[in-house]
Amino acid sequence: MDRGKMVVNSDECKGCGLCISQCPVGCIEFDNETINKQGYHPAKYTGSGCTACGICFNVCPEPGAITVYKLVKA
Amino acid sequence: MSKELLKGNYAVIKGALLAGCVAYFGYPITPASEIAEAAAYYFPPAGRTFVQAESEIASINMVYGAAGAGVRCMTASSGPGISLKQEGVSYIAGAELPCVIVDIMRGGPGLGNIAPEQGDYHQVVKGGGHGNYKCVVYAPNSAQEMCDLTYKAFDTADKYRNPVYVLADGFIGQMMEQVDFSHLKPIEPKKLEWGVHGTPDSKNLINSIYLDPDVLEAHNRKLQEKYKKIEENEAIFENYKVDDADLILIGYGITSRILRSVVDEARNSGLKVGLFRPKTLWPLAKDEINRLVGSAKKFLVVEMSNGQLVDDIRLIVEGKIPVEFYGRMGGNVPTVDEVLEITKKLS
Amino acid sequence: MYEPILEKPKSFFDIYKEKSGDQTITHYCPGCGHGIVHKYVASALDELNLTDKAIFVSPVGCSVFGYYYFNTGNYQAAHGRAPAVATGTKRVNPDSIVISYQGDGDLAAIGTAEIIHAANRGELMTVIFINNAIYGMTGGQMAPTTLVGQKTTTSPRGRNPYNEGYPVKMCELISQLNAPIYVERVALNNAANRAKAKRAIKKALKLQAERKGFTFVEVLSQCPTGWKVDPPDSLKWIEEKMIPYYPVKVFKDISNEAEPYPEPKKIVSGNELLEILGIKSEEEKDLKKYEIPKEYRNPKIKIAGFGGQGVLLLGVALAQVGMMEGYNVTWIPSYGPEMRGGTANCSVNISDGLIGSPVVEKPTILVAMNKPSMEKFEKDMVPGGILFYNTAMIDEEPKRDDITKVPVPATKIASDLGNIRVGNMVMLGAIIEKTKLLPFETVKKGFEYFISRKNLIPLNEKAVEAGMRYVRENNL
Repeated sequence: MDRGKMVVNSDECKGCGLCISQCPVGCIEFDNETINKQGYHPAKYTGSGCTACGICFNVCPEPGAITVYKLVKA
Repeated sequence: MSKELLKGNYAVIKGALLAGCVAYFGYPITPASEIAEAAAYYFPPAGRTFVQAESEIASINMVYGAAGAGVRCMTASSGPGISLKQEGVSYIAGAELPCVIVDIMRGGPGLGNIAPEQGDYHQVVKGGGHGNYKCVVYAPNSAQEMCDLTYKAFDTADKYRNPVYVLADGFIGQMMEQVDFSHLKPIEPKKLEWGVHGTPDSKNLINSIYLDPDVLEAHNRKLQEKYKKIEENEAIFENYKVDDADLILIGYGITSRILRSVVDEARNSGLKVGLFRPKTLWPLAKDEINRLVGSAKKFLVVEMSNGQLVDDIRLIVEGKIPVEFYGRMGGNVPTVDEVLEITKKLS
Repeated sequence: MYEPILEKPKSFFDIYKEKSGDQTITHYCPGCGHGIVHKYVASALDELNLTDKAIFVSPVGCSVFGYYYFNTGNYQAAHGRAPAVATGTKRVNPDSIVISYQGDGDLAAIGTAEIIHAANRGELMTVIFINNAIYGMTGGQMAPTTLVGQKTTTSPRGRNPYNEGYPVKMCELISQLNAPIYVERVALNNAANRAKAKRAIKKALKLQAERKGFTFVEVLSQCPTGWKVDPPDSLKWIEEKMIPYYPVKVFKDISNEAEPYPEPKKIVSGNELLEILGIKSEEEKDLKKYEIPKEYRNPKIKIAGFGGQGVLLLGVALAQVGMMEGYNVTWIPSYGPEMRGGTANCSVNISDGLIGSPVVEKPTILVAMNKPSMEKFEKDMVPGGILFYNTAMIDEEPKRDDITKVPVPATKIASDLGNIRVGNMVMLGAIIEKTKLLPFETVKKGFEYFISRKNLIPLNEKAVEAGMRYVRENNL
């Protein structure tokens, strides 16, 4: 299991691509299948590789568009 | 002794503190500087804020900040400084904040001089800054009224959440007279609930921006409703020997004092002359003026300006009787003799 | 299982109710640095537990709607005036945490005076300064921080220093002042710098909460729209264009040495306020103690002389004592154009009734302390008036023969008493002795009100007595 995961609230994403360009492990991509209610292709987690470093959160201009999760032992 | 010999400018500050004013933000300018000096002297020992701002613009915006906290606050200046403050006054009016602004008028336009004039009437009474707003304007004519009307101005400002001016000329500011404080009870300062206090239950918003034209129009209509209420309730005035007067002199501030002497001298010469003196310039006591139109044959408006109040009097009178005008400018105060001569000619 | 470690800060509203349109997203363009800095501010408020005390001042610029987002007290300020508004609210809300948030046009152009002086006063506030080298809200015009050669809609051929000067470096300016305790420039270009930016904002707010002093954080921030570059490229633009000119570093940090500001004094009111104002609540005596002789009743007094002769003070003395005797009084100094002609003068009225014009045009009593004054005002006197003139300074006789003339060598008498400056009080003595306008006893009680240097009261009293004696002994 990956150390972390990031979740994009796709309706709040403006598709600026900052998180994609800044993610050190390249685990975020545009969701070209989806056009959100603002008319953007939102970012999405590729589904693997997230380290929960938080860089995507701290570069995202939308307050609620990205949430970063960390794996904790149950 | 409950009376004190005081300059009008000092009386303003004592009235303000008694009214519960907690913050003064100002910038020195002749002939209003004693107001800032008195504030600097009295505010800090009373645990209140005095800040000499870097500019008139900063000082009115500090007032915006303090007024937005729902506390009583004020600034004072003279014409050139009031010109600079107008942007801030517009914001304060737009955001519906209460505050008191004192204008001790001097000669203009431009740098003009420091002598007394009444040429700020238009910029103060008509709004002055941008947008559809009005400020209540008190016009004291004595040191006592500088105190009393400043005190009252804070109540009016709070009552309507609106900026209120105390408009006086250099003479009223510089003149010393006896001032009696015994009728003014000190008001306990408080923070009104709509203000921003930096507490969990005061997360309010102070602003004047309404992007949507319909929303801004609704805001403006609400303001106009408020102004209508002020017009109905807040006009005050003083009459002197008007009941049988054929000629009624009209003037405010120092001019009204001179006109009072003119009335006495004219009466000594057997002329039926009276005085109507507005104590609020906005709102003007329209009903009273109309009543006097019914009894008098003629008005003579005297101002230390090019004729500014006279415009509003003529709008009210609507040509029903002649409204004459006599004005001095540049800091020259009309003498009793010169006005008396005109009075005799018009009688 | 996964637990959230970074999510929307609680200091933001859940729903942006003040905003029109979609109330779940900001009004900022895609990739804008403002949203990022907003998040850092909100996170810091969360972490420091300051949200409920915070007051956010939104400027004019793209962040004009800052108040849409922050679940705090909010102000929207006029262009450039945020630090003044912040000053106003902080001074009356001393326990609050005030954030003045400004862009480069707002802070470094139209509001230069406000920011410099708020910093110089050491206002207990935190200023967040977004420097993106352009006017975003108005559509990409030149900012005070626009770089040399940078093309904007108002510098279409690039900023030319010969026409527009050089970009303003605000941290460098602010850090020269004594009062600010913490001044840092940060940037949003890479993860390391963003981490520093976040820390700087939190530190600044923490220092404010500790009442340490004025804190200033400048953020080099991207404006992809204004710069006409893609958001990812805008971060490179910060790095390549901005950072070389605007070094990213701590410019000043004296926060460790700085003592917390003293707690503000409690507001005083009621009787304590009356005491500070010198307002005594004694009962007013309703009986007039003293009756002014008929011929001098309701005097209109003009007092004139050179500036240093104390003519204004003599007027104040008469007004003060008249008031103490229960009369209405006015005193008005020569002021404005009246000062022409080299004389200072004042008008005093002492009256039974309401005083109309306070300006004495036709004196019933004239006090001329020098020759120009007598020349100027003697002719205005009412017939039957009384003229006191200082023969030590006036070598001419008055011209009028329909007035009473009282020659008093006031300056000479004062000089003999050892202080030439009390000639005014000699004249006061002469006036009250000759006219019985006011009683000496009350003059003595009045000294404490009109003589500010208490040690001079005995000398002034002697001078008044000397003036009285002169009139008596010379049968004037």
